[in-house]
Amino acid sequence: MIKKVTQHLSQNESLLFERSSPGKKAYQLPDLDVPAVDAAEALGAENVRREIEGFPEVSEVEAIRHFTRLSTWNYAIDYGMYPLGSCTMKYNPRINELVARTEGLAWAHPYQPEALAQGCMEVMARLEAALTEITGMDAVTLQPAAGAHGELTGILLIRALLEKRGNPRKKILIPDSAHGTNPATAAIAGYAVENIKSSETGGVDLAALEQLVSKDVAALMVTNPNTLGVFENNIAAVAEILHRKGAMLYMDGANMNALVGIARPGDFGVDVMHLNLHKTFSTPHGGGGPGAGPVAVKKVLEPFLPSPRLKRAGRKWTFNYKLPRSIGRVKAYYGNFGVLVRALAYILARGGPGLRNATMDAVLNAVYIRKALEPYFDLPYTSPNMHEVVFSDERQAKLGVRTGDLAKRLIDYGFHPYTVSFPMIVHGALMIEPTETESKLELDQFIDAMISIAKEVETDPQMVKNAPYSTRTSRVDETTAARKPVLRWKPA
Amino acid sequence: MLDACGAATPEELFAHLPEAVRLGRPLDLAPGISEYDIVRYFRDRAGECANGYASFLGAGIYSHFRPVLVDTVVSRGEFLTSYTPYQAEISQGTLTTIFEFQTMICQLTGMDVANASMYDGSTAVPEAAMMAVRATGRGRVMVAKSVHPEYREVLATYAKHQGMPVTEFGYDAESGGLDLKDLENRIDDLTAAVIIQSPNFFGIVEQVKAAAGIAHRKGALLVVIFTEAVSLGIVEPPGDADIVAGELQSFAISPSYGGPYAGIIATKERYIRQVPGRLVGQTTDSRGNRAFCLTLATREQHIRREKATSNICTNQALIALMATVFMSVYGKQGLRELAEQNLAKAHYLAGKLKPRFTGKFFNEFVVRAPEAANKTLLKKKIIGGLPLGRFYPELADCQLLCATEMTRRADMDTVAEVLA
Repeated sequence: MIKKVTQHLSQNESLLFERSSPGKKAYQLPDLDVPAVDAAEALGAENVRREIEGFPEVSEVEAIRHFTRLSTWNYAIDYGMYPLGSCTMKYNPRINELVARTEGLAWAHPYQPEALAQGCMEVMARLEAALTEITGMDAVTLQPAAGAHGELTGILLIRALLEKRGNPRKKILIPDSAHGTNPATAAIAGYAVENIKSSETGGVDLAALEQLVSKDVAALMVTNPNTLGVFENNIAAVAEILHRKGAMLYMDGANMNALVGIARPGDFGVDVMHLNLHKTFSTPHGGGGPGAGPVAVKKVLEPFLPSPRLKRAGRKWTFNYKLPRSIGRVKAYYGNFGVLVRALAYILARGGPGLRNATMDAVLNAVYIRKALEPYFDLPYTSPNMHEVVFSDERQAKLGVRTGDLAKRLIDYGFHPYTVSFPMIVHGALMIEPTETESKLELDQFIDAMISIAKEVETDPQMVKNAPYSTRTSRVDETTAARKPVLRWKPA
Repeated sequence: MLDACGAATPEELFAHLPEAVRLGRPLDLAPGISEYDIVRYFRDRAGECANGYASFLGAGIYSHFRPVLVDTVVSRGEFLTSYTPYQAEISQGTLTTIFEFQTMICQLTGMDVANASMYDGSTAVPEAAMMAVRATGRGRVMVAKSVHPEYREVLATYAKHQGMPVTEFGYDAESGGLDLKDLENRIDDLTAAVIIQSPNFFGIVEQVKAAAGIAHRKGALLVVIFTEAVSLGIVEPPGDADIVAGELQSFAISPSYGGPYAGIIATKERYIRQVPGRLVGQTTDSRGNRAFCLTLATREQHIRREKATSNICTNQALIALMATVFMSVYGKQGLRELAEQNLAKAHYLAGKLKPRFTGKFFNEFVVRAPEAANKTLLKKKIIGGLPLGRFYPELADCQLLCATEMTRRADMDTVAEVLA
């Protein structure tokens, strides 16, 4: 029985270009208080463009209806649980949006004099300090724009340190359970990638690691808890093996929502890590960004951090650009400041005890789901899980129904699907991360939906394979989209 | 819930963590505070910034009016609190707006395809350079000194470890535009890309066609960067470029002390498979209706891993949506008028001063100014232009001034008086 949702009308809407007609306008400009100039004279006739061909022309009410109608075609956290594993889709407090728009912050130009930017710098310094405490590391840069950008920054830091020690080395080790960004990052930083097979329990295989770490290995990139939601209990031993051979331990902090206030990477041997403020610290995903990917490091890597760095000079903040060993800039200006404001607002609202409670609730919610769904779905790795749980579709696949089909059927029940077919070490994975912000009521509805789908697979597998039924758009032909790419509108 | 989990306390759920890794104390962070206190904290910080000042800063970040509709749209929870649109059936809102975004970026830049956004303009530059390296099979990159200095710094950071040598070439000391002779002398058969910016960092409209000619004769690609998107309302788009990379901050994205912004990469059809980041394509659903989905994912990290075209994953979707709403509100006529106002304001101000360069400019220009001038202006609650010495020692006696539709005539008159 589908209890959570009822179908309702949703408005059709064409593309802006199709509803455009000449002369319609949604803008008002002030009267020009200086003389107009002749564009050909000011720019040179050859530099003046004709009209922007095809650009839309709509009225204000058409514009707002257009975007409002389109918005209703999206699922969102504001509609309900969004259990995407590894993505930490928690509620996004609206106070964060309000404060990020505070005039003196939102309109601060990155080149305004430091004396007129002290408030911005104070916000950044306070966030750096909070993240340093949360991670147990020694220093933080806020410059990277997102998780993968943080990874690149972190690997370049390792490279810079090893180069200074005489040999940047050649390889980065990456478990086969890792996010795709990890190997892509290593390659961009000029390293070869060597995959490590996970152990039987899904963790880093210590014996295999011992064998693989040589003088060519610069670092191991590990996610902890890993993508199965399982804490690497051997993490200290992993760090010890690497350090003994002069290699570094990089931690992908995508799953930090399982650790805040409970355990700190800096205390278990991690040398450098990134955080995803758009996951752990509640800044909204916005349909795919913006994010922020601060990088936290141990003392030994601090001199290499991107330029500039915040510095206290008496009672004022200043930017220090005299950093001879810095890897340089990874981004113009100082970071995604607006995202940093939101993350600090979240940290201030929760406070130390609140952050720890959030972690405990996130884990409790995930364990609760695991216990309820274990009788119905195959659980390939049985170690205790933390903030997320990974099932496989093994039982359902015997009837021809795959994880992607189950996910599409979940849509009919009013939920966003879990993460499908990841991590790759689990064949047909269902990766479920509820986060701490879901109530027991919402969790129970989700569990009921999953159990109901498991039963549907047994009675009518074909029905499940053709889902979803209640969405305004049915299954989308992704194959044709890739084979004959149409990436922009053109007039008929 | 604890019963169902077989635990007596929430702490028991963490019992499997080795004792040694556990933090044996509370975090050293104050307890949580109320909404009211949070608002007050950030208002106080904002009060330590530049409220009430007029500003003549540009240099990559511009003060343009943000139409009210922009925040109205991006505040909708359906856009704000959704994830990357991997599940197309319940993400058509985001997918459709990205398709419209890609289309408008093509129309603006004169390119055939555009991606769903990059982090910002600065990081789009190395991504464009890496694209050119893949497309040409060559390794060397040339970049004009008139490209935003911080963008060049970011390029250097990325290039250093990829065996991608970067050579800079100069600007003409009189016009402030490209030194095409210098480019001709330095370009060689190993050059993958020539990177220029137009309008350049000094505000000057570059000779894109001539640069394209030089690059193409040597088999290199021309990459054109822009930082002032409003210029595209009136300045000829860089149709001779092979790749256009730029920053959309001018399109209703608040300066926000350096980010978040939205970068773009647009290119010609033939380089489509070298594009980094996400792309949205049109298709149909099983009922035959038009639908959109993420496509050509075999370029991307979650499929190709270390062989991906880029490591980018999260991009700037919500910020790109701000730009999309901005472009829809202004439209064909509005963007033109907006650009005309910017042109008029900057030329009014320039008419009262002596621009340092002779090149044609859009809404910013360089002037010689005594060092103390900005201090005098600050006393009048005006932030003057960007002093250029930190980036160009040879221009240590100069500053870069910007005027937009938001700049008032009275403030320009004051600036002209102080700087003259």
